[in-house]
Amino acid sequence: MCCPVRAQQPRGGDMDVQKNCMPDRQKLTGVSRRDFIKFCGVMAVGMGLPVGMGPRIAAAATAPQRPPVIWIHGQECTGCSESLLRTSHPTLERLILDLISLDYHETLEAGAGRQAEAAFDQAVKKSAGRFILVVEGSAPVKDGGIYCKIAGKPFVDIVTETAAKAAAIIAIGSCASWGGVQSSAPNPTGATGIPEVLKGKTVVTIPGCPPNPYNFLSTVLYFLTFKKLPDLDDLGRPKFAYGRLIHENCMRRPHFDAGRFAEQFGDEGHRKGYCLYKLGCKGPMTYANCPVILFNDVGSGAWPVGTGHPCFGCTEEGVGFTIPQFTEADVEIVTPAAAHAPITVEKGRGMSKGSAALLGGLAGAAIGAGVMVTKQLGKAESADEKEE
Amino acid sequence: MRAARPLGGRVVSRTFLAALVIVLVALYFLAKRFMFGLGAVTNLNDGYPWGLWIAYDVVTGTAIGCGGYSMALLVYVFNKGRYHPLVRPAVMTSMFGYTLAGVAVFFDIGRYWHIYNLFLPWYANPDSVLLEVALCIALYSLVLWIEFAPTFLAHWHASRWRTRLDRAMFVFIALGILLPTMHQSSLGTMMIAAGQKLSPLWQTAWLPLLFLMTAVIMGYAAVVFESTLLANRYGLPGENRILGKLSGGVVWLVAGYLVVRFADVILRGQLGLAFKGDLAANMFWIENALFLLPLVMLAGKSGRGRPRVLFLAAASLLLAGGVYRFDCYLIGFNPGNGWHYFPAVPEIVITLGLISVELMAYLWFVKRLPVYREA
Repeated sequence: MCCPVRAQQPRGGDMDVQKNCMPDRQKLTGVSRRDFIKFCGVMAVGMGLPVGMGPRIAAAATAPQRPPVIWIHGQECTGCSESLLRTSHPTLERLILDLISLDYHETLEAGAGRQAEAAFDQAVKKSAGRFILVVEGSAPVKDGGIYCKIAGKPFVDIVTETAAKAAAIIAIGSCASWGGVQSSAPNPTGATGIPEVLKGKTVVTIPGCPPNPYNFLSTVLYFLTFKKLPDLDDLGRPKFAYGRLIHENCMRRPHFDAGRFAEQFGDEGHRKGYCLYKLGCKGPMTYANCPVILFNDVGSGAWPVGTGHPCFGCTEEGVGFTIPQFTEADVEIVTPAAAHAPITVEKGRGMSKGSAALLGGLAGAAIGAGVMVTKQLGKAESADEKEE
Repeated sequence: MRAARPLGGRVVSRTFLAALVIVLVALYFLAKRFMFGLGAVTNLNDGYPWGLWIAYDVVTGTAIGCGGYSMALLVYVFNKGRYHPLVRPAVMTSMFGYTLAGVAVFFDIGRYWHIYNLFLPWYANPDSVLLEVALCIALYSLVLWIEFAPTFLAHWHASRWRTRLDRAMFVFIALGILLPTMHQSSLGTMMIAAGQKLSPLWQTAWLPLLFLMTAVIMGYAAVVFESTLLANRYGLPGENRILGKLSGGVVWLVAGYLVVRFADVILRGQLGLAFKGDLAANMFWIENALFLLPLVMLAGKSGRGRPRVLFLAAASLLLAGGVYRFDCYLIGFNPGNGWHYFPAVPEIVITLGLISVELMAYLWFVKRLPVYREA
């Protein structure tokens, strides 16, 4: 159990290389081998994979040829990158130094201007056909895409050109996924999500404002391990992360079912942690795993609804930034998806056909006998009357 | 005064044989019960440890068997000597009712081989209602046999013993009034102990009084029911005049009962439950309608003179008291946690077997012993 990677070594020669590199690379960040394997196991579980996949993920993540990642920014606030910077397992330095080869990232690089442009060109050229393209932010398409230019080039063109050479494309954040806040009406720049720009290509979307960085990391590691993308829904979202409504796994769901609602911020119900539905919570129409994996590794309650704020539907096109904050959500599934686990279990045996028939027969016989006796008594009565 | 005489005739009649068949089937199930335990023949469970055998055989059966108590109360306490001819048959029915209730308890107790501990004072819990009921019923069964003993002694022509017994009889008559007063009310007390498990339509601190009143009513009803039935079946002269008079008293008793019953439900603010339309509410109305119906039937003097009216009214009262007892012990009782109960076929058959034994014994007794007075 302590060294699952070593256990796999007899399988192939490349493991020897890995055995040699791993200690060196781990020295960089001071993370023990044990912690690293644990991390891979946790990531596997987060994706709904068996824990036993941990070693395979570890093998993929420690392969000497780390997958190159090219990260470009369009119309956005860098919130996605910021949230990624705050992950603690792995930390950012582990991510970009050990797990992936982050060849280009505008926020994180030291270079600027032409130097940065040169780095970008070189990175794309060097690993053409192999790199993972991560796009953060939407692309404005109105007026030839002039509202977002980098090095004098419309962002929409950069995306199209780079995507043609990428092995996989990930749109991170709501802006890249479907346009985000800037795509709300009247959308003056024609902000468009990357799947729309790259029609016909498979684009994994990790919506959220910001998205949970672990959903991004899990997707990357899945791709590295299995050389394919995880199961996606029709909006390109990994099903392991966006398969269920927030409402389904919400910690406040029992209050919803029991009809206990916070009516306004700061009222008694709000302070008692009641359901935020009447404050406009969009949990019932938003697909995301926020209530399950939470944010920032700070413990329970670390997500919007947990802190007392209604969900505003950031991961859901047509909900976040579109439906007003305090408008009540449409409840798609009014009753819980599965039946409630009963509080009481039926015990004991009820009426059987036999007992019902027996008692029915007895009652019938009794009534019949009663009628007969009454009749006879009636006859006797009239006979008495005649005698008199 | 006409003396009581055996009715005579063949004991082994068709009715007797039919009853015998039921008894044999019941014996088969009883054998199963004693070999494999209660679970093999009953639907009793941890939620409903008391089922049909307690609700009918003990609680309802002894109430039907309150004829002896009711008549003794009337004849000896209220000194209405003219009802004396009704006492002996009433005592006999009571004797059967109580004895068989005791037998039924023996079937119902899971570890019946411990039953003798009940009679060891050093094991007694003097605060237990159940102990009081058990001892009272056991003792009263004995008292009833002693009260009925003169009939046997007359049959055996043991007049010396009879004189001796007659001298001490007042003690047993007194006991025969004291004991049922105690345990018939305690049958109600037992359900007070059930607390909130019993629906508020029935749960009240007045349960002992209501049980006692219904027991006395059922006792009179049993006497009337039996007398009219027997008079019709065997062409006896009928005690219509006495029964009519008796029914006049019963009317007041039933009216009093209904006043207490409804006042209690209304004053506790629980009458709303009677309009919920569920099983409990329906049973509440059925039960009270069965009490009210005879009240209307017997209210007029002309009705009280007609055996048919007397018979129907008595049947209705017996049914009413029975439904009341079933409501308190089973229908209005919900132990929660999803428990439910309905008697199993073998369970019902065993109860039927007990009733059949009672019927057979009754037939033998009235045909061979001087119970009823003849024309």
